[in-house]
Amino acid sequence: MAGRRCSSSVLLLILWSLSVFIVVSSQETTPTGGHHEVAADNPQTTTETEQQTAEQPAVEEREWKATEVEKATLGDAETDKQATSAPGSVTPSSVPRPKDDFQEELVIRPLHSGDIYASFQFRTLWETDFMKGNKVSHYRLFPKSLGQVISKFSVRELHISFTQGYWRTMQWGQPFLPSPPGAELWVWFQDTVTDVDGMWKELTNVLSGIFCASLNFIDSTNTVQPSASFKPLGIGNVTDHRFLRYATLPREIVCTENLTPWKKLLPCGSKAGLAILLKSEKLFHSSFHSQAVHIRPVCQDQDCKTTSWELRQTLNVIFDLHTSGQGKREWSLFKMFSRTLTEACPLASSSKVYIDITDDPQGDQFELTPATPLLSQAVVMGDRRTFSVYDLTQQITFGTMRSLNLLIRWKSSEGHMLRPLLHAERYVAGYGLQTGEIHTLMYNNHPYRSFPVLLLDSVPWYLRLYIHTLTVTSKGKENTPSYIHYQPSKDRVRPHLLEMLVQLPPNSVTEVTVQFERALLKWTEYTPDPNHGFYVGSSVISSLVPSIVAMDTNSSQERPLFSNFFPCKEESSYFVRIYTEPLLVNLPTPDFSMPYNVICLTCTVVAVGYGSLYNLLTRSFQIEEPSPGLAKRIANIIRKMRGVPPL
Amino acid sequence: MAAPLTLLLIVAVTIRAALYRSSLAELIAERVEVVSPITAWKRVVEGLALLDLGVSPYSGDVFHETPIIIYLFHFLVDYAEITFMLADVITAVALYMAVTDYNKQVFRKQKFALEADRYPLDCLELIRNPKEMYYIPLKVAMFYLLNPFTILSCVAKSTCGLNNAVIALFILSTIKGNILLSAIFLSLATYQSIYPLTLCAPALLYLMQRQYIPVNFRRASFWWFVVQYAFMYLGSLFVIICLSFFLLGSWDYLPSVYGFILSVPDLTPNIGLFWYFFAEMFEHFRLFFLCVFQINVFFYTIPLSIKLKEHPVFLIFMQLAVISIFKSYPTVGDIALYMSFLPVWSHLHRFLRNIFLVSCVLLACSALFPVLWHLWIYAGSANSNFYYAITLLFNVAQILLVSDYFYAFLRREHHLTYGLYLKKKDGSEATLILK
Repeated sequence: MAGRRCSSSVLLLILWSLSVFIVVSSQETTPTGGHHEVAADNPQTTTETEQQTAEQPAVEEREWKATEVEKATLGDAETDKQATSAPGSVTPSSVPRPKDDFQEELVIRPLHSGDIYASFQFRTLWETDFMKGNKVSHYRLFPKSLGQVISKFSVRELHISFTQGYWRTMQWGQPFLPSPPGAELWVWFQDTVTDVDGMWKELTNVLSGIFCASLNFIDSTNTVQPSASFKPLGIGNVTDHRFLRYATLPREIVCTENLTPWKKLLPCGSKAGLAILLKSEKLFHSSFHSQAVHIRPVCQDQDCKTTSWELRQTLNVIFDLHTSGQGKREWSLFKMFSRTLTEACPLASSSKVYIDITDDPQGDQFELTPATPLLSQAVVMGDRRTFSVYDLTQQITFGTMRSLNLLIRWKSSEGHMLRPLLHAERYVAGYGLQTGEIHTLMYNNHPYRSFPVLLLDSVPWYLRLYIHTLTVTSKGKENTPSYIHYQPSKDRVRPHLLEMLVQLPPNSVTEVTVQFERALLKWTEYTPDPNHGFYVGSSVISSLVPSIVAMDTNSSQERPLFSNFFPCKEESSYFVRIYTEPLLVNLPTPDFSMPYNVICLTCTVVAVGYGSLYNLLTRSFQIEEPSPGLAKRIANIIRKMRGVPPL
Repeated sequence: MAAPLTLLLIVAVTIRAALYRSSLAELIAERVEVVSPITAWKRVVEGLALLDLGVSPYSGDVFHETPIIIYLFHFLVDYAEITFMLADVITAVALYMAVTDYNKQVFRKQKFALEADRYPLDCLELIRNPKEMYYIPLKVAMFYLLNPFTILSCVAKSTCGLNNAVIALFILSTIKGNILLSAIFLSLATYQSIYPLTLCAPALLYLMQRQYIPVNFRRASFWWFVVQYAFMYLGSLFVIICLSFFLLGSWDYLPSVYGFILSVPDLTPNIGLFWYFFAEMFEHFRLFFLCVFQINVFFYTIPLSIKLKEHPVFLIFMQLAVISIFKSYPTVGDIALYMSFLPVWSHLHRFLRNIFLVSCVLLACSALFPVLWHLWIYAGSANSNFYYAITLLFNVAQILLVSDYFYAFLRREHHLTYGLYLKKKDGSEATLILK
């Protein structure tokens, strides 16, 4: 009963403050007759707003109390349930629960090579529906530009990443979120969309504007529809790949002009919170930089009654020991980002910094200052890892200096990294500009388990693949793929798409080779630097890798952001996607300097053919009558004028 | 005559079989001079692989052969080498028989003309004697079978060999006077590569000549014959096209085969004139020049048939040469077919003007093709212009060769009418010129 009384008083208070607010706003909006009236009204308004602001903390306090009470009653007997259900049903209408939520976190992982890996994740959750006809016009934390994109283009899921540099799996382990060099974009459209290609074309142009990137170069020649490799990551089990489009631009250069619009999507911009660390002069002075935006619908709770849209912005960066760290195994936030942390983003419900200390259980590998008592464990990438946690929402984190500058200092440079279980590389073999062979090597480093991987290759049309030359070998024996999806290319229209499911035997290298032929293009189809070569996007390898520890399949449980991106269906395995190197292939080139000459010379040859046949066809043989010389002709003319017979 | 021919066939097959077993076969199969994007064996195998994967071979842009070829090799893929050798043998034997028959007719005609005293007296040197004509059919078969171009084409398993066999069978059935077979083989040849369409004219002329139907537009018998032949030709073409539709269940092959031949989207270098021209073409002139170049192939049919109304077999030779020079994806196999006719015109040699120069150029170019290809593609020390220059020269030489034979043929005909040693009005020796 106490709970009921409390909540009803809360209700009253809120109603009252709302009415006050309405009065204020109506007074502000009513057209005022003259200055006099305004002057007369003003004192009253100011007092009312003062009252309102004074009430606000009180409301919050009560609200907190109310939930506290509710929690207490939950533990009570059955009879009390009737009573407690009432506030539960009333609260959503009376106290509008914030429908959107923002979290930010930074994970720092010191690597064995002495490099350091920093991964930012920002997540905005918004319980709304872009699709059902109702126009969403009021945006709070969710960026309006992306919200409009979702509703206008009927997007179900959107994943976009911009990456500079190649992720070295064997040196750095698995990244939290993989991405290929250059730009990558994959989108699932709603199944109500009829003209998917038209939507895709428009969407890429709009995104090109939003992110200041050359996504407008995505057209049918580099877009594919993978049949199995890219399943939706959010809710919804659509498997009809007609609504999926995937494209990469391996040549895309990522720089400041892409970072600035990306930062503007954050609720706090780069003014507060973790985002103040994102200074381009440091971020781009690194060996790897990747920024991404992932939008997907997710479940709000366990039984998935309500769905909300999740916007996840991630930024991964690797700072090099030698170029950024001057060769000293000593890192601090200031050294990495030339900034220190002073506050959390005020709009964030959680703001945390995690330092991966798994490799250093006794603290003899490196030391961390300031020390934190908070430790957290998470299962990520099939491995149980320990993290020191700094909660930025707590004032105590910043200490007396009012700023947090984490310092990691290595004590010894020994130790070894756990080899990633799955690893892949790719190269072009052969010489000359006529033919070649693409080799893809996939390493299964698991000592006794074999597992299947899905390999996706999208090769531009000007490298003509010969699928009959495809070979898959592991341990010297032929390894027949159990599933092959191949779509041959159409010249100047669409690329090759090769997808296959290969079983990787334990502790083995599987080699996939396929031959191709290089096409000679029209002179206008070459890039301005044709002898630099043409890029072929990374192969994508997706797999469920056997996990060493049991994976956490409970998706509703609160987990750090970095460990809950890929949905996990079973405990024994975890999802991994890796990208191989992009390829750089040279094509034969015509001589760009002489189109006129070629046109003239070829036409001359055709004219020689035409002329000689025309000659023989139209003329006939006659006996040659030698024509008289010039002098004789002149003499004859004169003789003719004189009326004398010619010579 | 059967014994030398058999011996020739055995030698030819042995050479091919030996080359198939050698390491050269793989090298030859990659040569752009020998295989074009349409005829390459690698692409036929790719088409079969796509068919096995359940993908239509025409959904991609690798396979451009006709559906009948892919179904033929669906069953014969393990016997491909034998098939190609057999195709060459069939071509040679068909040409042999056709030329034997043709020579008999030529001789008979000549006899009639001599008996009617139609030749001037000083033309006796131009009269052909049966002794020199005796070995011509064998020489034709030899020119085809032992021509390095044919051997390369066969070893590379270029489907051009099959097209040549169909055309040779067409020539044989035409010369034998079988109208139906002639129409069927011509429609097959057309179905394979469009361009043999122009052989329609010589076939009609020859068959009419054989049946003593005058080529006169006002005569009903002429039109009746044309309609008859056209009906058989178009009917069998329709049957073949529908058959390919039912084999695949779609019309996809039409744009993929004929669209590919006519619009030249694949600019892989070859010995023709199209590839570099259209690689360097300004975009807004592309369609115009495409039309000009394609019409050029068909353009000579009517004037040539008017000029060579009385000599349809020479017209066939001229047409084959024009096609193989000006077609969009020529290979050396096409050249080999018209070159095998050269022994038939051996009596024209005294009127050829620059045969020595032309044969030297052709030989030099054939040797330079692989050299300049290597310099451009593998060594990187030359560029595309070098290879292009050689294709230009090679085509000029071919044009000169053909026009030279045409000139010699016309000149001999002139001499047969007006006498060999022409005199001027004043009695001095005259020189003939074209006016």
